[in-house]
Amino acid sequence: MKRTGLDYLPALAGIVVIAAVFGVLSEHFLSPENLTNLLLQMVPTGTISLGIIMVLLLGEIDLSAGSVSGLTAVVMAVLTAHHHLPVALAVAAAVAAGTVIGVLHGLIFARLGVPSFIITLAGLIGWQGLLLYLLRRGGTINLPFTGFVARLSDTWLPPWLSWALLVGSLAAWAAATVLVRRLRVGAGLPVAPAWRAALPLGVVGLVLTAGLVTLSADRGVPLLLVIFATLVVALDLALRHTVVGQHMLAIGGNVEAARRAGINVTGVRVLAFATCSTLAAIGGILAASRLAAVNQSSGGSDILLMAIAAAVIGGVSLFGGRGSAYAALLGILVIQSITNGMLLLNVDSSVRLMVTGVVLAVAVAADSLAGRSRMARTI
Amino acid sequence: MREGGHPVVVLSVRDISKRFDAVQALDRVGLDLAAGEVLALVGDNGAGKSTLIKVIAGVVDADSGSVTFNGQPARIARPHDAQALGIATVYQDLALCENLNVVANLFLGTERQRFALLRQISMERTARELLRSLNVRIPDVRVPVSMLSGGQRQSVAIARALLGEPRVVILDEPTAALGVEQTAQVLAVIRRLRQRGLAVLLISHNLVDVWAVSDRISVLRLGRNAGEFRTAGTDQDTIVAAITGAGA
Repeated sequence: MKRTGLDYLPALAGIVVIAAVFGVLSEHFLSPENLTNLLLQMVPTGTISLGIIMVLLLGEIDLSAGSVSGLTAVVMAVLTAHHHLPVALAVAAAVAAGTVIGVLHGLIFARLGVPSFIITLAGLIGWQGLLLYLLRRGGTINLPFTGFVARLSDTWLPPWLSWALLVGSLAAWAAATVLVRRLRVGAGLPVAPAWRAALPLGVVGLVLTAGLVTLSADRGVPLLLVIFATLVVALDLALRHTVVGQHMLAIGGNVEAARRAGINVTGVRVLAFATCSTLAAIGGILAASRLAAVNQSSGGSDILLMAIAAAVIGGVSLFGGRGSAYAALLGILVIQSITNGMLLLNVDSSVRLMVTGVVLAVAVAADSLAGRSRMARTI
Repeated sequence: MREGGHPVVVLSVRDISKRFDAVQALDRVGLDLAAGEVLALVGDNGAGKSTLIKVIAGVVDADSGSVTFNGQPARIARPHDAQALGIATVYQDLALCENLNVVANLFLGTERQRFALLRQISMERTARELLRSLNVRIPDVRVPVSMLSGGQRQSVAIARALLGEPRVVILDEPTAALGVEQTAQVLAVIRRLRQRGLAVLLISHNLVDVWAVSDRISVLRLGRNAGEFRTAGTDQDTIVAAITGAGA
């Protein structure tokens, strides 16, 4: 798909405005320490949002992602604390449980024809119930601070590794760009002007360098952020360059056309729901890692709604077929910045929710206006 | 083209009958389709045009009748059978994914791949060559189909049918809902198909288009053959009379 970058415009503009406003209102907002905290805070919900995007791209919805994230975190905690399983095994079992739940949702939706809204609403309620059942002894399970899971969110990359990762990724991106240009020229296909190809590389390179310098002034680059960024990049590449990614977008665009073209619609749908719940499980474990505990409100409260809002603010269409994995990153950055800034300013959460609501509405309105003008130009 | 020698009949259907409950949709209908010719299939609503092309495309199974393809008796029970023989059908709704670009739509379901990765450059090159050979002008094949005009979309749908290298192309109302200029574009594409030596079966309501592009016209009325005419040398009144059954 041709990417104009226009889809990201509302989210990018939002991030700039929010940073400017809170930067003026609070001297702490743009401090390295706070920015580091902000980036850490956004990872669990961002990971869940990434999974929800996979389902939104099909034009479906997963309302159970929050409950599933809480349930799988509890599964992990119960397995380690009560059954004394090795942590790695417990984490693997919890993630696998997420996958199984997603396959179940996907099969009930794709095979039995139960609307995704309904089956995942059932999941939202049911998996929350299972979570409470598993937690009935006590209600809270604390994870040892020195354990693997808790340490995940307190691990920081050494400076040399951070810089190596940054330079390495940019170099890989540049090399891929050059290679694709060469291949296109060799195949007699048109290429964009060199500056047009170099511009995103330069801008992203600058932003990432500034980010790394900022993070280095505090504790460094958190491992959690690297995990999240890797997931985002991997899913973006999968969506754009694999056959199954193409089929996901096709189903989101026109399911009947996809079916007539011989695409395995059922298989792709099950895969999308499985990916969503798997990422929800990973997000739940990361959330447990940040809290060093699981409790009855794990995966509850507004996590699900914020994850969906993040995807939409990032430019994902609820009607399917439009959006990218980067929407999770940009959207959650907007939402978490608002939350974080409001907390710094000691504003009541009632105001925070209202502001988030307004930002969501504005982002979607701006997006539909942009979409309309894009249409108008071609007619 | 047909001058110089006998036309090669690619597809011939004989005595096709199909009954839906009380309705006799097709009653011993036949037609012959030759390579390098455009046969227009006309008739009023309910005349059986759609049922006939669905039988040929394998979507509807006929109650009786025979199909001969390339001189060999053929059995078309499923859409797959028709495709395997080399019969491609472009339905009126086009079945395009508007969010995907032209290349992705052309190769939908038949993506070229290596290790499950899309071979985008190879597909884009073929797409450009194919569209150029049909004289279809699309500035950038990497824009979403939603940004194309109706005529361009129809052309993309026809081009997609050609990727399977068919011998027969069935077009269901390709110019319905198109403006004058876009209709002209699509008709030009249909002439290109004829030049390539394809047998084209064109279903249309628009007699102007039929005259502009077809070599022969076959008229259906109430599920039966109601005459077959060479387009050149026949006037429209004769066809209208055959369609309506008004005593001609």
